[in-house]
Amino acid sequence: MPTDLWAWLSLAGLGLFHGLNPAMGWLFAVALGLQEQRLSAVLAALPPIVLGHTAAIALTALLIAALGIVIPTSILLTAMGAVLVLFTAWRIWRRFRHPRTRFRATKYELALWSFFMASAHGAGLMIAPLLVAILNSRSTALQASGHTAHAEVFTHSAGLALAAVLVHSGALYATMTTVAVIVYRELGLELLRRAWINVDLIWIAVLGLTGLLTLLLGLRGLV
Amino acid sequence: MAVWRPDPTFYPSPRIAMKAPPEKLAYVVRLNPNDDGRPDAMCVVDVDPTSSTYSKIVGVTEMPYTGGELHHFGWNACSSMLCPHTPHPHIERRYLVVPDIRSSHITILDTKENPTQPKVAKVIEPEELYERAYYARPHTVHCGPDGIYISALGTPDGDGPGGIFILDHDTFEVLGRWEIDRGDQYLHYDFWWHLGYDTMITSEWGTPRMVEHGVLGEELLAGKYGHRIHLWDLHRRRRVQALDLGNEQQMVLELRPAHDPTKAYGFVNSVVSLKDLSSSIWLWYRHNGEWKIQKVIEIPAEPAEEDQLPDILKPFKAVPPLVTDIDLSVDDRFLYVSCWGTGELRQYDVSNPFEPKLTGVLQIGGIVRRAGHPAVSGPLNGGPQMVEVSRDGRRVYFTNSLYLPWDAQFYPDGIRGWMVKVDVNPEGGMQFDPNFFVDFGDQRAHQIRLQGGDASSDSYCYA
Repeated sequence: MPTDLWAWLSLAGLGLFHGLNPAMGWLFAVALGLQEQRLSAVLAALPPIVLGHTAAIALTALLIAALGIVIPTSILLTAMGAVLVLFTAWRIWRRFRHPRTRFRATKYELALWSFFMASAHGAGLMIAPLLVAILNSRSTALQASGHTAHAEVFTHSAGLALAAVLVHSGALYATMTTVAVIVYRELGLELLRRAWINVDLIWIAVLGLTGLLTLLLGLRGLV
Repeated sequence: MAVWRPDPTFYPSPRIAMKAPPEKLAYVVRLNPNDDGRPDAMCVVDVDPTSSTYSKIVGVTEMPYTGGELHHFGWNACSSMLCPHTPHPHIERRYLVVPDIRSSHITILDTKENPTQPKVAKVIEPEELYERAYYARPHTVHCGPDGIYISALGTPDGDGPGGIFILDHDTFEVLGRWEIDRGDQYLHYDFWWHLGYDTMITSEWGTPRMVEHGVLGEELLAGKYGHRIHLWDLHRRRRVQALDLGNEQQMVLELRPAHDPTKAYGFVNSVVSLKDLSSSIWLWYRHNGEWKIQKVIEIPAEPAEEDQLPDILKPFKAVPPLVTDIDLSVDDRFLYVSCWGTGELRQYDVSNPFEPKLTGVLQIGGIVRRAGHPAVSGPLNGGPQMVEVSRDGRRVYFTNSLYLPWDAQFYPDGIRGWMVKVDVNPEGGMQFDPNFFVDFGDQRAHQIRLQGGDASSDSYCYA
């Protein structure tokens, strides 16, 4: 069993968490289905939404893969922890405006909306520390086998990062599809009035906690 | 501000909103026609039949300024907060946004702590509106998915164009003009939208100069008042189409789009036809991607003796119905029509919007008719005007004042302000509640909003 299995599982877990958040897109898909009065409209809306989310996360992931080569892990973790904590503070301090789009969004508009929605919520930042953990454990193995050229390491890291993004997005897609179809076909919208808890509050708590943990890990490596 | 669950008064769809519990309070603006320095006020009326103060004014909040005229108002937030593309479900419906059509103040009232004694939370001074939007005489308020939308009759100097500006949901700051490309739109009055079609609709009355000194006879006879509606791309903020009712149709006012977001049609009233003084209701609808409009109801003028009529109507020897407000029930089934001139409230079954069927008529007030009410003795004046329907469609409330400068022309002997309630048979037909009559005495009453929402306050994104 790989030592970083926990990190891969956490990536999938965050996919589940992001997927459950109505603001991330499944509710949009349900609304479009109701407007068109067919399930296929629900299903057609989901891939662009997942794609937009994936792009937002992949951007962060590739950045980390690149930085990971030139910056020692402890410093990277410390910096990332600081960014996360600052981002959380900004989200609490500043009133938050959602990105907007038209209701009858095209596939392109849906993807763009989802990209901005995920970015504005800090979805990529939330998974960044997990990526560092995965890259770190794998690159130690790579270095032990004598491969140390930057280009070679980056190709390897980028591949790993993209694999991590795919795991996250796979879980996201599965969650969104399940929830959207169940709500559209079985539960109905009455559910929203009771079950739409303030996910933003949980989200901010998760972001803040991740930031603090990352910061501590980084600092521990530094001293 | 952080709440854990959505506001219980937000409903995803009109179908679910129909099951909302009956309202217990109504908010009604009270205006002072006497020029004696007393401010206008927001009155809170008890509409709970089991309460000992039923049909009484149980709270009054005076405006912190004088010299204005309250008219329409709305909520800071409503069911559109649940919309999936701009989800803000954890904002509360607690503030009434109360524009002043004369002085251009906008007062924010907080109803949360004590719903019967709303507190003034903020006053937006006219200068802020002038500077940020160069609009004046704010009118209709709608809680949009991404901000509070307010229409304005014109500019600070009293001319056009009138248009829409946006208030921030949280800070109530004027963010600026809404329109990016208005085409040749110049007159403004009401607006609402089809959220399911990303479409805004706006209507036309007149500029402040044309309405503030009463209706201008010459301009009316020349067809200068509004006779069009405009359709806009709600997202791109551009006008896409104008629909002309013909310039003999003067003053095209209240817009009532279907609440069901999958339906692309709605009703608008034309106050008076220059041909025969009739009023009419028009249906706009979407057909093959184009918007169209057609007349679906016409209400004729009633002949009258010259000595029964105010000066403005004497030459015509008839009372025009003067349909000045309409309201559509949340299930899009019944349309209520206020005939302020003849003193009638009409109910039409509009299940088939192209062929409305008259299902009920009640008479009260009227320029000539002066019909009474079971709760009071003697004739009444003014006529059915601002009409509001409860979310479940079972109760209808209305008041009898139109607009002070126009009240004086059509009811020159003054109007005694009142508010009444009508009970509705679910299959059509209606009767006055004999126990509900709110007497405003020498003050007047205009728009009514029901606690928790009503048929003209909320819009929905889910069918």
